[in-house]
Order: sequence, then structure tokens, then C-alpha cells
Amino acid sequence: MTGRKLTGYWLILPAALWLGLFFAIPFYSLLANSLYDPEGSVLTGYHVSYRFANFADAIRDSGPELWRSLWYAGLATAICLVLGYVLAYAIAFKAGKWRNLMLVLVIAPFFTSFLVRTLSWKLILADDGFIVDTLRFVHILGEDGRLLATPVAVIAGLVYNFLPFMVLPLYASLEKIDGRLVEAAGDLYASPLRGFLKVTLPLSMPGVVAGTLLTFIPAAGDYINAQLLGSPNQRMVGNVIQDLYTDTGDFAAAGALSVTLMVIIVAAVLVYIRRAGTEELL
Amino acid sequence: MSLAAESTSGSARSLRLTALTKEFATFTAVRSLDLEVPAGTFFALLGPSGCGKTTTLRMVAGLDTPTSGTIHLGQDEITYQKPYRRPVNTVFQNYALFPHLNIHDNVAFGLRRRGVKDVDRQVQEMLALVELEAQARKKPTQMSGGQQQRVALARALINRPEVLLLDEPLGALDLKLRRGMQIELKRIQTEVGLTFVHVTHDQEEAMTMADTIAVMNGGVIEQMGSPAELYENPRTTFVANFLGQTNLMPGTVAGADSDVVRVDMHGTQVSIPADRAHTREGSGWVGIRPEKVLLAPEGEPIDAPGNHMTGGVITDVSFVGVSTQYLVRMPWGQELMAFEQNTGRRAVLAHGTKVDVSWRPEFAFLLPATQDVNAGAVEEA
Repeated sequence: MTGRKLTGYWLILPAALWLGLFFAIPFYSLLANSLYDPEGSVLTGYHVSYRFANFADAIRDSGPELWRSLWYAGLATAICLVLGYVLAYAIAFKAGKWRNLMLVLVIAPFFTSFLVRTLSWKLILADDGFIVDTLRFVHILGEDGRLLATPVAVIAGLVYNFLPFMVLPLYASLEKIDGRLVEAAGDLYASPLRGFLKVTLPLSMPGVVAGTLLTFIPAAGDYINAQLLGSPNQRMVGNVIQDLYTDTGDFAAAGALSVTLMVIIVAAVLVYIRRAGTEELL
Repeated sequence: MSLAAESTSGSARSLRLTALTKEFATFTAVRSLDLEVPAGTFFALLGPSGCGKTTTLRMVAGLDTPTSGTIHLGQDEITYQKPYRRPVNTVFQNYALFPHLNIHDNVAFGLRRRGVKDVDRQVQEMLALVELEAQARKKPTQMSGGQQQRVALARALINRPEVLLLDEPLGALDLKLRRGMQIELKRIQTEVGLTFVHVTHDQEEAMTMADTIAVMNGGVIEQMGSPAELYENPRTTFVANFLGQTNLMPGTVAGADSDVVRVDMHGTQVSIPADRAHTREGSGWVGIRPEKVLLAPEGEPIDAPGNHMTGGVITDVSFVGVSTQYLVRMPWGQELMAFEQNTGRRAVLAHGTKVDVSWRPEFAFLLPATQDVNAGAVEEA
């Protein structure tokens, strides 16, 4: 092999090592976990028994959390899409000289830890906080109504935490749209609304798809928001997996549930991408 | 064909701009422009970049709002009408085809927005007009520049606008394709009979296609007329230099009567017809196009009687096949351009030959000396 050919392999090496260490090995380990003998424990040790019934058990035992995760993540993604689209559109087309500042503000929350920011939502939504007081005063919430420990709080937390992941890809695809295309639509009898629906929106589909995936996938596996802002009634599948791994030590059930979640998400994403018809736009 | 029949069914209206002005934060793009484009004509706005021609077009399209002045179509004022309500369509400079739609859907876009139900037949007909029927299912990015240009044209034309605006539509094409498309555009305009307003900085393009040209410079129209009129009898040095090449020689008006103005040019009296003399006193520029300048070796007769000047020396000879281009240094130091057809009647004159120079008085024109002799002379690339 010539030196030049070898260079290519040397360049791939760091990425391949990284992928092997932090994806292939953990993924293999996760698959192995999912097929452990459920009788195993931290004390007695674990061994692979190829027990596929682990999956059925996981779905049976954690079905509600699984569905709740998909439902919360879906709702949070939809809300993020609406808020994020408006924001990204404003930054891309209306912000003028404030554009860079607004982009910095979108990214600014990342300078603080995810945990700290979620904890601060606990204060914002607290029972004697300003928001709850106001909502009680206008009778949207009852006398002793609350936000914490409700689905509203968990979904709000998800929306807040994942909004930047929606805004940035949307901005990137909106910003690329040639303003002359929108002018051309107007010239060809499209009102601003029709022009948006027929030109801007279809051309921003790559951003919509990327943004919804970047929001939905981590949101479906998230457990911080449910843990800090919710109650046991808002437990998501991430919380269950965490408990199974760290408290119960039931590696078989934890692994099976993790793999199930992964398969569901991958399948959903494939269907989504095909339905969105974005293969040719990407 | 049906298209022409429908568009000339008596509804054709002229486009009229009155005192149209557009000021931007730091400069005035268009200054109090008055213009009337008769229905059914091919009209060209010609000028260098930054002269305000594109801004004018955008105001007619409704994409820019005038600072003051009005735009009328026939009797209807459309100055502030929304672009999507105007019976005006544009062929954009870089075509602005919708990349997510195929050619058929691009062309059908305007009809569909206006709620036309069955667009297929019309789209087919329009694609046939621009000879792209076979490409209907392709995406714009799969087509060449010339094809995209024709799609852009079809997409605008299918709406049968009262005025079709073309913003440097051929600017992105290579020279050979551009020549072909010029002829094509003119053919289509004649066929559909719509009013075309064409913006360009290419004087040859404007002269080839337009019935009427308005030469714009610095936000105002310098002169308007047929291509021949502008070329033969320019009213300003800008027009003289911007349309083709010209010799401008300093002179002093020696006298004027009703049909002729006499100018003293370094001791020689030349006469200019009154309708071509744009000043009647003081000093001025005597203009003559290089192909109107006749040469003969010193002392030999020149076959056309006219304004005769002696003492020239040929300082440069460029043989370009159909013609030979000479530079002749005159006694007062100026170099005149003279183009001579290579008819074979006489051998090419050699560098250094002493020559006499002549031109027919009816081809010369006189411009005021207050105008910049170099205005418009540097043609942009």
C-alpha cells in the first residue's frame, strides 16, 4: 500500500476509535444486557441467556411510561416547532442588524448547566411563584391548582430545554432561502400567506425535519424534566430505565426497555422522513 | 395562435410613469422619471449599473415602493397596488425559479395562485412556445442556463400580463446563447403581442430587440427614441458614447440659420443640420460615428462630398476581417476613429500614411461643450 493510501486510514482512525469506544461497545453491551437472564443481580452476577421474553416483559411493565414519553416528546416537539419556526423566521428575515445578537441569545442558555436551568424552572413554576399566583388570580388555575408535578410543567421543561435544537436548524434552512424566490411568488399572484405556504415552507422542510428529529429524539429519552418538574404520575421511560439500572440493578429489564425505545424511535424517524418527502431536499 | 388573439382583444393598455422618484437612505436611485410605454411595444431601459433602471422596473412590478410619483396602467393607478394584484409579471435576473417544483409546476404557479383549475393544456402550450415540452418533469437545477431562462419567460408569459418586465434576462448567458435568445425573445414578443419592458446594460441587446430605447443615467432618462434615432442623433455625450463608439471633436459655433449650424473646427468650417445641432451658440462637440468617417490618401478625391479636413496621419491600423479600423491623428493632436468596410475597392492604408478625412454633413451632430466628453464612454464588462 502506498503512503498516500495509508494517510486516509490514519485520518479515519480517531473517528473510528471514538465511534468504537463510545458507540459500538456500549451498544453491544446494551444489546447484551437486554438478553440477560433476569434472575441475575449485582450480587450473583449477570449472564446472557438470549431471553427474548425480556422485551415483552419490558413493554408490559413499562408500557404507560413508554407511551407517555412518546406523547410528551411529540407534544413538546410540536410546540417547539411552532415557537421555533416563528423565532427562526424572525431572526432570518426580520432581525436585520440584531440577527447575530438574537442567535447568540438562542445559544446563550447552553452556557449554564442543563440541570441548573431545569431546577430554576422549579422556582418559576413554584406553587407560590408569580406564574401560579397570576393563573390562580385569573381563575385559569383553581384555588389550590398548581403547575409543578403536572404534565404542563414537564412538557414546558422539555420545550424550554430543546427549543434551541429546533431553532438552529430551522434558522439555517430559512436563512439559505433566496429572498428573490419569495419576491417571484408575490410577482406570480401569491399573497404573502400563499407565498409562505407554497415557497418558504417547502424550502424550509429540511430544517423542519432536522429540528423535529433533534428535539423529539432526546426529548423522548429525557428523564431530568420529569424527575425535577413532574411527579411519579409523569414518569417517563427515561426515569424507568434510570431506576432499573441504578436502583434496582435489573440490567435485563433496563437493557430490554432501552433497546425497545431505540427501535421505536428509529422506526418512527424512518416513517417520518419518508412521509415528509425530504429525501430529495436534503 | 390563441395567445396573441386573446391578449390583443382590445384590453391592451399603456404603461405610464409620472414624476416617479425613489430615494434610498444614502442616494436617489430614480429622479422624477416620466415615461410612457405604448401597449404592445418592446421597450428597453438601457444604462450602466446603478443608473436606476432596475429600481424603476421593481417599482413597476410592485417590489419597491416609490418615494413619490405615480404609475398608471391605462387609466388605473397601480403605484401602491400589491405586487400580487398587478397584471404585471417579471422575468428575474437570475430567473428565481422555484427549486422545489418541477418545470411544469413552476410554469403553472401563477395560474394556480389565481385559482385556474385546469392548467395542463395552457402549460403545455406555453412550454411549446419556448420549446421545452419534453422537459416538463425536470427540476430547474437539471437544466442549462438557457433553458432556465426560457422557463422563467414561460412562467411569466403564461399569465398574459399586460406588461412583462425583463430584468437583464440574458445577462447570465454566454455570448452565443445570448444572441440566439435575443432573436427568440423578439419573436415571442411579436407572437404574443404583449408589452415588454426590458432592462439591460448591453446596448447591442437593447438595439437588437427594442422598438424604443430609453437611455438612463444617474436616475434620469438621457434620451428616448428608436434605436436608429438614438444612434444617429444622440442628444448627449453620454448617449453618443454609451451606444456604440463616436468621435467627439471640439469646435466653436460660427453661425446658425434655420436649417444649418456652422461650426469652426480648428480653422475648418463644418456644417451640421439644425435638427442635429443640440446647441446653437458658444463651443460644442462635433460628433461623427467612426463608420461615417471617409478616408483617402492625401490629395486624392474622396467619393462623397462633405466636410473635408486635411493633414491627418494614420497612427494605428486594426484589420478585423469585415472592416478595418483606423486611428487618424489630426493636426490639432486628436485621434479620430474611422471604420472602413473591406470591400476590396482599395488596399488597406498603411500606418503613417498621410490622409484626408471627410464626412457627409447630415451624419454629424453637435452637442454642448458643457457636457463631459467621456460620459458613458467606459462600457462595463
